[in-house]
Amino acid sequence: MVRTYALLAWTWTRAAMAYPASFAIMTVLGLAVAGMDVAVILIVFANTTTLAGFSRDETLFLYGTANLAFCLCDMFVSNIDRISQHIKAGTLDTMLIRPVSPWLQLAADRFLPTRIGRIAQAAVVLGYALSALDLDPGRLWMVPVMIACGIVIFTALWTLAGALQFVLVDAPEVTSAFTYGTGQLTQYPFSIYGRELVRGVTYVLPLAFVNWQPALYVLDRDDPFGTPEFMRFLGPVAALVLALLAALAWRQGLRHYRSTGS
Amino acid sequence: MIELNDVGRAFKVKRAVVHAVRDLSFTVAPGEFVGYLGPNGAGKSTTIKMLCGILTPTSGRVRVAGLDPSRRRTTLARRIGVVFGQRTTLWWDLPLGDSFDLIRLLYKVDRKVFRVRLDELTQTLDLGGFLRTPVRQLSLGQRMRGDLAAALLHAPDVLVLDEPTIGLDVVSKASIRTFLRRLNAEQGTTVLLTTHDLGDIERLCRRVMVIDHGRLGFDGTLDDLMATAPEHSSIEDVVTALYTGTG
Ligand SMILES: Nc1ncnc2c1ncn2[C@@H]1O[C@H](COP(=O)(O)OP(=O)(O)O)[C@@H](O)[C@H]1O
Ligand SMILES: [Mg+2]
Repeated sequence: MVRTYALLAWTWTRAAMAYPASFAIMTVLGLAVAGMDVAVILIVFANTTTLAGFSRDETLFLYGTANLAFCLCDMFVSNIDRISQHIKAGTLDTMLIRPVSPWLQLAADRFLPTRIGRIAQAAVVLGYALSALDLDPGRLWMVPVMIACGIVIFTALWTLAGALQFVLVDAPEVTSAFTYGTGQLTQYPFSIYGRELVRGVTYVLPLAFVNWQPALYVLDRDDPFGTPEFMRFLGPVAALVLALLAALAWRQGLRHYRSTGS
Repeated sequence: MIELNDVGRAFKVKRAVVHAVRDLSFTVAPGEFVGYLGPNGAGKSTTIKMLCGILTPTSGRVRVAGLDPSRRRTTLARRIGVVFGQRTTLWWDLPLGDSFDLIRLLYKVDRKVFRVRLDELTQTLDLGGFLRTPVRQLSLGQRMRGDLAAALLHAPDVLVLDEPTIGLDVVSKASIRTFLRRLNAEQGTTVLLTTHDLGDIERLCRRVMVIDHGRLGFDGTLDDLMATAPEHSSIEDVVTALYTGTG
């Protein structure tokens, strides 16, 4: 499966490399746009030392972990959200006649290698935060776990967004608000948001487990919203439940796929 | 090879329900070459999509190569080749040859076997001149030949074609017909083909099925078909009579 994906992605990478100048410009542009996110955080902290109780480096840690997971998914999975275009153009039909899961084909379709710039940016920010913060080494094991959970959660969200488009063929924007919106939301400490919103993204859409809850453990902090300690470790459970739901929704979507009239 | 029992497929459109196909039963034996005729909207494409597992039937039972297409779609994919005349299964922005390479990867065709088959298909379908051309720049006839090759690279037992000759000039049509006839005769590939071109039927199909309003109206040999309306002598007139119910 990974091999098939890699080979499909490589075909699109080669196609993109046919125009090296535009490839370079796109990569740099991606980096620059991603750099703006960090600039916003730095500007905020130029005027204050804490944001809703979190220091600049702690905020950068939250940003880095969520964004690394998000950008990896943006590169490798997000093409799923073009499914409504494929439904309308009939190209989903052609994916369905191949002996490879359409999910994989959709995810790899028009793979954009230029998104690597944003992944690099997120990794650098995270690297900086990890070295600047004086973290308890005994808690660092959580960092790869939370990134893995973040990847699973964002992948599941994109899959759900794709499954939803089987129904909402004409409103793909609704679903991308959902994926890109959540990506934005997880860039900041949740303590800047209202209690109701945080409840929603903890118990309904488990975004709090992308970085907020496990980061509280890594940073050795109490939850300003007062959730119990064991919630810090529920990331894998939340990710698994969401992934199962997404897989179910996807299967249902495919089963009820109606193609297009001739 | 293909077996349908009381198959129905309905679509909900706003409040109404459209029965694209109903109570459809037929079998196609291995090695047969069957023409599937019907006016626009008769349910031909819907049938084809159920055969390759794109659409799940709302009722009845479909078996292709012994498999339930909607449940075993990816397994069946290795045994069936599909061509849609109205849309390509190739990658629009990639050179034709790259599309073939991708297909080799997706179907996991052995590299050596692939080379031999591709050389063979390149020769019989005369693809040599445009293997490096992006699919979007191909003429309809070239694209169609490319699509045919793409559907056959994994050596399927069954080939289904939905209007493969639509919009083609006489020369392209003739070359595709010759190719299909040889494929069926020499490799024993089972072929089911929908078309509006009665020339396809006359030159290729030993058996004809006619569908109208989702129901099978005729199933038999070409001679049997002609015999349904003895007052007409051309296949055009016979089919028109059948469609309009005056035959
Ligand atoms: N995805 C769909 N949604 C709604 N109606 C459809 C869909 N696909 C086909 N139909 C309807 O089903 C009927 C049969 O269509 P089709 O199988 O494409 O006919 P043909 O290929 O014989 O021209 C038509 O009335 C068509 O409008
Ligand atoms: Mg049709």
